[in-house]
Amino acid sequence: MDYDVMITKQLTQIPQPNVNVNDESGSRLWDPETMLGNLSVMEQKIHQLQELVRLTTAKSSMDQRLLQQQQQLVTADITSIIIQLISTAGSLLPSVNRPHFPETPNPDPNPNPNPSFVNGVNVSDNNNNVSNMVSKVEDHSHEMEMDVHDDDVDEGENLPPGSYEILQLEKEEILAPHTHFCVICGKGFKRDANLRMHMRGHGDEYKTPAALAKPHKETAKLIKRYSCPYVGCKRNKDHKKFQPLKTILCVKNHYKRSHCDKSYTCSRCNTKKFSVIADLKTHEKHCGRDRWLCSCGTTFSRKDKLFGHISLFQGHTPAIPSEEPKVDDQGHTETNIQGFGLFDFNADASSASGEPFSPFPRNMFDDSDSLSFLCNYMWKNGGESSSKDQP
Amino acid sequence: MYFPNYPRQLLPSFSVLKRTALSFLLKMTFVPLDQSFTKESEGNKGKSVILLYLASSHSCSTTFTPQLSTAPKTTSIQFNSTNNNINNSNSNSQQQQFHFISNRNMKRSPFDFLSEEIVFSILDCLQTNPLDTKSFSLVSKSFYTIESRHRRTLKPFPRTTTDHRHLKKLLTRYPSLTHLNLSNCPRVTDDCLSQISISGLKSIHVSSSMFTHVGLANLVSKCGNLVDIDLSNVVHFNDNMAAAVASCRGLQRLCLTRCKSLTDIGIGCIAVGCLNLRVLNLKWCLGVTDFGVALIGVKCKQIRSLDLSHLLITKKCLPSLLKLQYLEELVLEGCCGINDESLVSLKQGWTSLKTLNLSYCENVTHVGVSSLTSSAGCLQNLSLAYGPLVNLAVSESLQKLSKLQSIRLDGCQVTCSGLKGIGNWCVSLKELSLSKCTGVTDDGLSSIVTKHTDLKKLDITCCRKITRTSIAHITKSCGSLVSLKMESCTLVSSDAFVLIGQYCHFLQELDLTDNDVDDEGLKSVSRCSELTVLKLGICLNITDEGLIFIGNGCQKLIELDLYRSIGVTDKGISAVARGCTTLEMINISYCENITDSALISLSNCCKLNTLESRGCPLITSSGIKSIAVRCKQLAKLDIKKCINVNDTGMIPLAHFSQNLRQINLSYSSVTDVGLLYLASLGCLQSLTILHVDGLTPSGLAVTLLGCGGLTKVKLQSLFRTSLPRLVLENLEARGCVFQWRDKVFQAELDPKCWKLQTEDIE
Repeated sequence: MDYDVMITKQLTQIPQPNVNVNDESGSRLWDPETMLGNLSVMEQKIHQLQELVRLTTAKSSMDQRLLQQQQQLVTADITSIIIQLISTAGSLLPSVNRPHFPETPNPDPNPNPNPSFVNGVNVSDNNNNVSNMVSKVEDHSHEMEMDVHDDDVDEGENLPPGSYEILQLEKEEILAPHTHFCVICGKGFKRDANLRMHMRGHGDEYKTPAALAKPHKETAKLIKRYSCPYVGCKRNKDHKKFQPLKTILCVKNHYKRSHCDKSYTCSRCNTKKFSVIADLKTHEKHCGRDRWLCSCGTTFSRKDKLFGHISLFQGHTPAIPSEEPKVDDQGHTETNIQGFGLFDFNADASSASGEPFSPFPRNMFDDSDSLSFLCNYMWKNGGESSSKDQP
Repeated sequence: MYFPNYPRQLLPSFSVLKRTALSFLLKMTFVPLDQSFTKESEGNKGKSVILLYLASSHSCSTTFTPQLSTAPKTTSIQFNSTNNNINNSNSNSQQQQFHFISNRNMKRSPFDFLSEEIVFSILDCLQTNPLDTKSFSLVSKSFYTIESRHRRTLKPFPRTTTDHRHLKKLLTRYPSLTHLNLSNCPRVTDDCLSQISISGLKSIHVSSSMFTHVGLANLVSKCGNLVDIDLSNVVHFNDNMAAAVASCRGLQRLCLTRCKSLTDIGIGCIAVGCLNLRVLNLKWCLGVTDFGVALIGVKCKQIRSLDLSHLLITKKCLPSLLKLQYLEELVLEGCCGINDESLVSLKQGWTSLKTLNLSYCENVTHVGVSSLTSSAGCLQNLSLAYGPLVNLAVSESLQKLSKLQSIRLDGCQVTCSGLKGIGNWCVSLKELSLSKCTGVTDDGLSSIVTKHTDLKKLDITCCRKITRTSIAHITKSCGSLVSLKMESCTLVSSDAFVLIGQYCHFLQELDLTDNDVDDEGLKSVSRCSELTVLKLGICLNITDEGLIFIGNGCQKLIELDLYRSIGVTDKGISAVARGCTTLEMINISYCENITDSALISLSNCCKLNTLESRGCPLITSSGIKSIAVRCKQLAKLDIKKCINVNDTGMIPLAHFSQNLRQINLSYSSVTDVGLLYLASLGCLQSLTILHVDGLTPSGLAVTLLGCGGLTKVKLQSLFRTSLPRLVLENLEARGCVFQWRDKVFQAELDPKCWKLQTEDIE
């Protein structure tokens, strides 16, 4: 990939400053913390560059072509450092309204998507398309507030293949904590709105209502849908029954839930684990209040869910909570889960039939309709119960 | 046949002995041991009695064929101490036998050498009367042990479980028990249940409020072969106890009637644990909802019979019940959540269902019933009692049920065209119940009975519009009627009853309560020689003359109701008592002319277990005595308003009526003394004493404490305060329920006036 192209592209990302100067913003003081962060970023970049040049000098017997590539790389990096340095310095001088960088032919703040995205096939080798992603995500930023459990459910959508473009992000991008980055200082944000608020600090031109306004929805010719990078997943575009994900948020939640470790543990019950922090928070709202327990330890907030679960799995039985709920210091009533202690199936089963009781179904799919029921059940109750975490 | 371990030299004698013993025991009818058979003497006496019998039969050595299984089950073998006949007739052989016994120095009874299987066969014939078995076990030590090993069913009296050591003794005595019924015992605690460890136990029935899930879990774990558990009326039965029951994997029948604390969670445990359930009764388990019932449908595939009466279930659970491919009987009585919509939604058929009860489903109309015909085509029995209006549409849609045999329309509003529609059915009904139906007319009923000529049972209680015409049609076309109930068909004239006897010779049950039947009618009815139940309450026109016919003709009579039939006197009762010796229940309440002589003649019916003689002022203690002495089975005695019965009547009751469970002494002349005698009755459960003047709080307290097994006591409310609090608490702790009444004394109305009053009410 041509680095020059990349650089120009990066330059075009910087929004055009507005001509009208907001006087009030002039009195605003510079933010030393941001400055410090920016400087340390630049320091890192310079160090990296140093290493690169040192490597080049060490391998003096280098191929001419390779050397030329190295040079381009170094040039690009230095240019980027210069730009950042200027913009950082610019934030210190309220009188300086616009940073000194070359005029760009395209003043559009919302650049056209990268051509490789439009083709939608081979985007995976874009390692630095973070800024591209910014423009894609901002359309959906409002969906951040959506119920996190809705992401996997798009059964109603039956788009014919080809009527939408498929985008696939890399694992690293999905797991990156931020999706919106400041082009001036490089700070990452989860929401575009937050970025725009942040941008105000970079100069008065970012304070105009136009700059702060929510970017207009792109009138896309094709609907965008996303593919999970995990090969073999139903949400992966190579899967036979591929079901695309609607938004980047869906991709993120799906990827974390399905293909990542559950690192968040509920501090109340110490049993439930989640990979998406929002799930944990949702759980914590109800944790301890789930009255409906199964002998397998799964808890349900609703009776019908419990009975659906029990009718599905052989050997699972409703567990009886202890008769007297204890009241703790905070006044919360907590039901002691005695599912295993009180109703000891191990002992009973071995004495009655001599067959050890397995908490999980021996033959889960004994008939065909239980399978379809299972699918339905897990689909609908994805977030509600942890049944999908079972075998 | 094999006889083990007896001395060689005695072989010839014993070969004769065993033959005679068997032939005799199986052939002869012993007379019951009488009152002198007390515990001290009974062992020896019983032994000698049997020996005497053996002696008597020794001479007549009939050829013995060892076909024990063919011995008639009805043979009642009893033990007699009145052995005069035998002494006289066979003195020679008797001497031989005694001689033989003296040789053995009375060390071993010859019965010790009878093989166990023979004695078992004898015992099989003794099942009818518990007292016989008791006497049998007291004959000798070996008989005692054999009887202990033979016994399969045990229903202990309440006193047994007041102390759980008693129960333990009983259980160690009877190791081969398969059925244990503790429903009489209100004080079954965890300790008691934990005592029960009979691996062969198949069924248990407990009705108590003293045990918890711990005891139940112990019971289930120790008796692994339980297939039948009945916990009806265990009102505190909760989910923990259900979980304990659920660990009984082989359970096939479970009855949880009125277990109101049970919820879906508990029933869920049972559904998952007891996968072999065939019969499940959840009547009045109000905590169970759609979820629990649906889970049963999903898990318990073997269910044959399911009773969901009065549950708050809706159509949500019906789809899973449809999946039960063996379901034969479904009772949805009083399920208000089941409506037309639920029934219409049942598209998939219930092919196995044979019996469906939709009684008291007030939201089911003819629309729902019509849709049933397509979904449950194999129905044989259908009950729509107190349900929809039965019109032509309903009867025409029900016509599609080609296998229908029995239909109950009790309390429904029926139209004439609806009844005629039933008359047009192709199938021939065996059973029809139109009790308390409004709108049953001669026209409609006649059109039914003329078509359904195979009717076996017909109930037209309180069909007040029908007349002689209907009865004529019924009797002429349905000659094979077995049961006819026609209480309060007031327009039917007296000559109609003659037709019953003329045409319906197979009648076993006839209810003519509150009808105009007269002696001519009874004369005709007496031709029904198979009659076992005859109800003639409030038949003011019948007299002794009619009853004499009954006594001569209906020799198989078991139950006779003469409530307020004031024309009846001693003469009629005596005739019945002479003729119908198998009589078990008789009601002579308010027949004011009855005296002691009637009771004396009734004592001839030795199977009598229920005697209701309310408001017979001429009855005295001597009449009660004669009943007590000879009717050993007496379990229920009502002598309310028998003002001449006093303490002397209680003494024989206390001595002889060891089976007495229920007694009503209100308005009688019994005092503390008589009550104290009654305290010795071990199995007395229910006691009603209202308006008894000679009663003091202290006497009552002692009696109540003495009767260990009381479960229900009805007293005047003034005793509530005067009885010592500790006594009440003690009794309540034992499982006794008190009912306090505060009714003022009411003078008895003239019977005819009483009848008029009831007619005014209509």
